[in-house]
Amino acid sequence: MTTARALQMPTGLRVANGAFVAFWLLLAIFPLFWILVMSFKIPVDSFSTNPLQVIFGFETRRTVGGLSFLDLALGIVVLIAAYRLVAQTIGKAAGYLSLGGQVWFGWILASVVYAIGLALVFGWLVPLVFGLVNTIFGVIPLLNALATPVVGLTTEHYRAVWIENEFHEQFLNSAVVTAGVVTISLTVGTLAGYGLARSGGSLAFWLLVVALVFRALPHSVLVSGYLPAFLNSREWLGPLWESGATGWFFGLFSDEPPTLFGKHLPVIIVLVSINQPFTIWMLRSFFQNIPRELDEAARVDGCSHFEAFRRVIIPVMWPGVITTGLFSFLLAYNDFLVTSLLLDAEAQTMVPAIAQFFNRETTATDQVEAIAAAVSITAPLFLLVMIFQKQIVSGLTAGAVKG
Amino acid sequence: MKFGTFARFVAPSLLLMTLFIAYPLLSVLWQSFHLTQGVFETATVETCSPGFGGQVCTEEVRRIPVLNDKGVPTTKTTFVGLDVYRSVLKPESVAAAFSDTGNGLRDVLNIDFYKALRFTVTFTFITLPLVVGLGLLIALAVNSIAARVRGPVIFVTLLPFIITPVIGALSVRWLFIGDGILTVALERILNRELALFAQGWTIEILILFYRVWHVAPFAFVIFYAGLQTINQDTMEAAVVDGASRFERLRYVVIPHLMPLILFITLIHLMDTYRVFEEIIGFSSQAHVISLQWLTFNYLTPNDAGTRLISSASATSMLTMIGIIILLIPVLRRTWRDHRVGG
Repeated sequence: MTTARALQMPTGLRVANGAFVAFWLLLAIFPLFWILVMSFKIPVDSFSTNPLQVIFGFETRRTVGGLSFLDLALGIVVLIAAYRLVAQTIGKAAGYLSLGGQVWFGWILASVVYAIGLALVFGWLVPLVFGLVNTIFGVIPLLNALATPVVGLTTEHYRAVWIENEFHEQFLNSAVVTAGVVTISLTVGTLAGYGLARSGGSLAFWLLVVALVFRALPHSVLVSGYLPAFLNSREWLGPLWESGATGWFFGLFSDEPPTLFGKHLPVIIVLVSINQPFTIWMLRSFFQNIPRELDEAARVDGCSHFEAFRRVIIPVMWPGVITTGLFSFLLAYNDFLVTSLLLDAEAQTMVPAIAQFFNRETTATDQVEAIAAAVSITAPLFLLVMIFQKQIVSGLTAGAVKG
Repeated sequence: MKFGTFARFVAPSLLLMTLFIAYPLLSVLWQSFHLTQGVFETATVETCSPGFGGQVCTEEVRRIPVLNDKGVPTTKTTFVGLDVYRSVLKPESVAAAFSDTGNGLRDVLNIDFYKALRFTVTFTFITLPLVVGLGLLIALAVNSIAARVRGPVIFVTLLPFIITPVIGALSVRWLFIGDGILTVALERILNRELALFAQGWTIEILILFYRVWHVAPFAFVIFYAGLQTINQDTMEAAVVDGASRFERLRYVVIPHLMPLILFITLIHLMDTYRVFEEIIGFSSQAHVISLQWLTFNYLTPNDAGTRLISSASATSMLTMIGIIILLIPVLRRTWRDHRVGG
């Protein structure tokens, strides 16, 4: 798109504008960049007051080793290449992997494939190739300066977090909760959102207003309601198991009434419900942008409302569903309040686990390990934005923004 | 769409919201008027010290929990009226603060509930203009840089928004705590010793900074999406009419974005009123607390292992009153639009 000459900025303004953007980018990335750097250094360097020592890790380089000029140069190239490759090809890959025309399946499969691919490249291929290149350059007389370490780097904290502290258990718990919330939330939400978009009645309006009020409720209010019921569920669920009419049915699942506290499924349902008001508002505005004529044509051809929804609407609703799904993902993955109050230590997800870990009295090494865990939690989110960036912006342009 | 079909589409969602939002609300209301306590009985116990000659026996009256047939301590729930609310709001202490011997408002703000209320409300209203302003500024700036670099710029801009709030708060805290890298830099600039986590107001500034940093990208994305739909003809017409850059912003861009500004305002009021994660991330409970943190604190088992469910319910209900007051203007506006729109 070319801008009319009169609309173009004068040079002075353009420079100021560029400087502002650069300043904002620095502000946006700095805290994240800094914890990334800290997580790869031994504590002496991580908590040094000299910024150069934190970045270059003098002590780490002396005791453990680190990256050479070559590694850095190659690393930057690989990072940029990975970003471009993912940003540009994932849409196509998702289309290609949409077996049986199921676009959502294609996206999930593509995300998993890319995540595994990136983990393999950075965890295995990169160290291998870099090591090889460094050894080759190391024996060439003049170029061996390029292969000596300049920036200290250690991965011991990540090893401590993931292997010794068994962080993968919390990771799996988080994965279960997040996947459950996103799936159920979207299934229930799309149905309701479609119904609300296609019914202009007073009832639909009041439902949306009530949902708006529910959206505003602090989550702690709801948890104060759940907690006693969850802790005592064995008592009040008892009659269902004891009475003859329903006992045999519930007996199929467990011998006695379960304690809901500390289980994943109740927490998933709770998070889905908390997320429901936002989901139906957002999906409703997406469905309103899908022309009514589309499903009316299907109805004329003899489809029921459900058939019209399945055959005509589902194939065109994905941009909206992906954007809404992202917000559900963030809600479930980032949640601290609900999961820390309703799950016990065994079923704990990553975020409450790290907060507890951090608030203990700890040594400097433990602190750096907490930082490494924090970076580990952030990595999947990083990947998520990388993959879905285009969908977020275009999805918001298409739908929610007009609602 | 017929009512029956509509009902079937909406039913699962409605069921979830009734069971897990509406019903808990009612039960919280009920809990806030009731107190569940263990049942104790007083019994006289004789304890004798072991010894050969003269055993020393003492009798004392103790309170022992009553056990039921399964050996579990029984509890009794009683209606206590407004007692729980009174224990949270402490009207006597407020009255004492304003009496001749009290220190007025300063004493009131030392009571947990008022302390949390003061922080939550000021925090909500101070961050609102900052978030809307910064979001708009970034959106306008990004919209006028070269299209080629916009992708990566948007990517980096979104990062503070998607990061887990607790982790984001921790990452900012690591920069400032103790001899953190930015504290040292500030000390060098100001040429004096700083301890940013030793008093309330510095922590509040950090929390404020963190929240704006975290939410401004969301405002940015919404505004940026809105800027893509500006009618170019109107823009050009404004130029032909001799409108300056500022006038175009004032009379074309801002009115176009007005619904989005209202949308961001609404979402921001709702989200900021329940400020909570920052308190955990910055571990600021000794100096700064929020309403939602107060409820959370009552819900976590205390040293004796009990959860103060009734107090939590009472603070929840009081928090809710606040959010409803915040929402009334929006609800009235929606109602007016609905009546006009028919």
